Amino acid sequence: MHERTSATGSREPDAPVLEVTDLAVEFMTRSGPIRVVEEVAFRVRPGEIVGLVGESGSGKTVTMMSVLRLVPPPGRITAGRIIVDGTDVRSLSRDGMRGLRGSAVALIPPDATAALNPVVKVGDQVMEGVRSHRPQVSEAEARTLALEMFRRVGLPRPEQRLRRYPHELSGGMQQRVLIASALQMAPRLILADEPTTALDVTIQAQILRLLLAVRDEFGTAILFVTHDLAAVAEICDRVLVMYSGRLVESAPVADLFGQPLHPYTRALMASIPPLSADPPDRLQTVAGAPPEPGSWPEGCRFAPRCDLRTQLGGPDVCTTSQPPLVEVRPGHHAACHFATSEAGVRAATDLAATVEEAEAVVLPESVQPGGAA
Amino acid sequence: MSGIGRPLLELDHVERMFGGSWLGRLGGDNVVRAVDDVTLSIAAGEAFGIVGESGSGKTTVGRMIVRLLDPTAGAIRFEGQDITRLRGGALLAYRRSVQMVFQNPYLSLNPRRRVRDMLLDAYRIHHLASGRDAEERVAALMEMVGLRRTMLDRYPHEFSSGQRQRIGIARALSVEPRLIVADEPVSALDVSVQAQVLNLLRGLQEELGLTVVFISHDLRAVSFLCSRVAVLYLGQVMEVAPRRALVERAAHPYTQALMGSMPSLAPGSGITREVIRGDIADQQPPPGGCVFAPRCELRRRLGDPDRCLTERPWPRELSEGHAVACHFADAEARPDTDARPEATGAAAGPTTPTTPTMVGISDPTRVPAVTSTGATT
Repeated sequence: MHERTSATGSREPDAPVLEVTDLAVEFMTRSGPIRVVEEVAFRVRPGEIVGLVGESGSGKTVTMMSVLRLVPPPGRITAGRIIVDGTDVRSLSRDGMRGLRGSAVALIPPDATAALNPVVKVGDQVMEGVRSHRPQVSEAEARTLALEMFRRVGLPRPEQRLRRYPHELSGGMQQRVLIASALQMAPRLILADEPTTALDVTIQAQILRLLLAVRDEFGTAILFVTHDLAAVAEICDRVLVMYSGRLVESAPVADLFGQPLHPYTRALMASIPPLSADPPDRLQTVAGAPPEPGSWPEGCRFAPRCDLRTQLGGPDVCTTSQPPLVEVRPGHHAACHFATSEAGVRAATDLAATVEEAEAVVLPESVQPGGAA
Repeated sequence: MSGIGRPLLELDHVERMFGGSWLGRLGGDNVVRAVDDVTLSIAAGEAFGIVGESGSGKTTVGRMIVRLLDPTAGAIRFEGQDITRLRGGALLAYRRSVQMVFQNPYLSLNPRRRVRDMLLDAYRIHHLASGRDAEERVAALMEMVGLRRTMLDRYPHEFSSGQRQRIGIARALSVEPRLIVADEPVSALDVSVQAQVLNLLRGLQEELGLTVVFISHDLRAVSFLCSRVAVLYLGQVMEVAPRRALVERAAHPYTQALMGSMPSLAPGSGITREVIRGDIADQQPPPGGCVFAPRCELRRRLGDPDRCLTERPWPRELSEGHAVACHFADAEARPDTDARPEATGAAAGPTTPTTPTMVGISDPTRVPAVTSTGATT
């Protein structure tokens, strides 16, 4: 769909910019280590936007922070390999890690207001980003670069914006500043942690579009961490779904939404209210709550809440053996013993049809394209 | 304009300004008009949605309804009585009828108090019950919102966010109010938990005959819960519509932009098209004109008519219960007019609600084409 540019990469162009293998993260507590992420493995290719979806406590943010080696203590990466742009992250020195953070990989945090220093002008903050990583860059050069980036991310009147304090900018503009700041180092990979969650719908749409444009223009790969399945459907090429510290499904976006093969993925999709003139009486919900980290149930962690299992009469295998993430269709992985069972596939097909129908509303004709400025 | 039944709550030209000195306010400088001449009528037993982005004034409206803020002009009537000047015992009595559920279940519960004590407060303050009776009612409340009575002695940190929001709802219900104002009650929750709380609110509304004012930025949640919806922008009502009209034929260009900005679960369906530019704080709206004019696509398409800058559009009824504050909302929906804005806007005559302003997504561009990046992992 898009050109895979690799202007900044030194390695072969199609090698993954991020490769995570068998990642495990533990939090050390008084009562012993708690494993919050385990056996997580995935790749992000150049120019690819990969969605990492899960609810709070699923381990999605910890997984993402592991890539930067910024898991907050008492958390610790206890197993696995993380390769960013050919570099093994776990073997890097502290300085090496710092260098990597500034160049190959950048982070867009969820709350722009919290991420910006309220008493420093945004231009100075963005320039500091470059200059702390590349001391040889002069102030004038840094300013030119910041200005250029402000322009690229669609900040109106960029010269003036450089001199503004964060509180003088709206939430959407603050987020654009952070994206500009991330982009100026020409990273090969951007980790975007819920970058639109704090924003209004209309602004959220603008920022999602901006992320797409960033990918298309700079060829930057993006790991998009979110709880918002609809945002994922809009901009991602592939999706990873996490539940209770493990990946439960991974597929190209069309396959995931066209045939959600893990019961948890289906539960997530079904719980989103449709925009409908005749809404259902009740939304579908998942019974109970996700298990507390550390007190994971035996076998499949979703089993106690799984409606497919109930439907199948509660097979024992779900509570005795942990289903591995296996390729159930070409490119489509699911961690469920019964992912491709007749009942499972039927549930997937039915849900996809329901969702497709429910989503086939809206978009007034008047807001269809054509209004190019 | 009212829906079913007689109005329980009426907002009558309500205005709220912030900032500026008393004198300056007279002169009109340095003030923010957070709510600007809002008139709404909400029927008993109705779930009414107020939608808008940050800065739209929706929270301020909610806070005025529960009298956490006073309007600077206009009246708010509850069962016909103006509540904006209530004091003392009368205000206390009003607060028994009207309760609020807050957005953030972490900030709205005191971390140092047990759930039991928080729930008992209401009974103490309103002298409703004490002793065993109060204990029993508190336990019943817990069950009503789907929690266990054994959880009463826990502190807020021992609950998940969804459970906390249930506690917030239980607290609001404790005085058996007629009306609940819920300000973004689910936006801080995970999707699956959101669905549980939305179901709970809907069930309570039906079973207890509660009137609910549901304030949200989320059109999905609003359309699930509410039978009528008001869309606010910069303190003004842009559109009021029954659910069906909102979903099937939203008339205001801002409402349409909101809907067009909503991400869809159908991959690659359309957020890539730009439906609205700028943001709410971007440009000063024209004084005396339409507040949405600077961002309005419809106005742009109509060749920037002056009327949008010089005359404030007041809500006018398009069909039963469906009102829109736009001079030209139906300009394009009319067949065989060549959309001379001046001509069509003035004649606000009978509308054609069946005109297909919405399209089904049969359009092939919505079919995902994401196979090229395919099989990895």
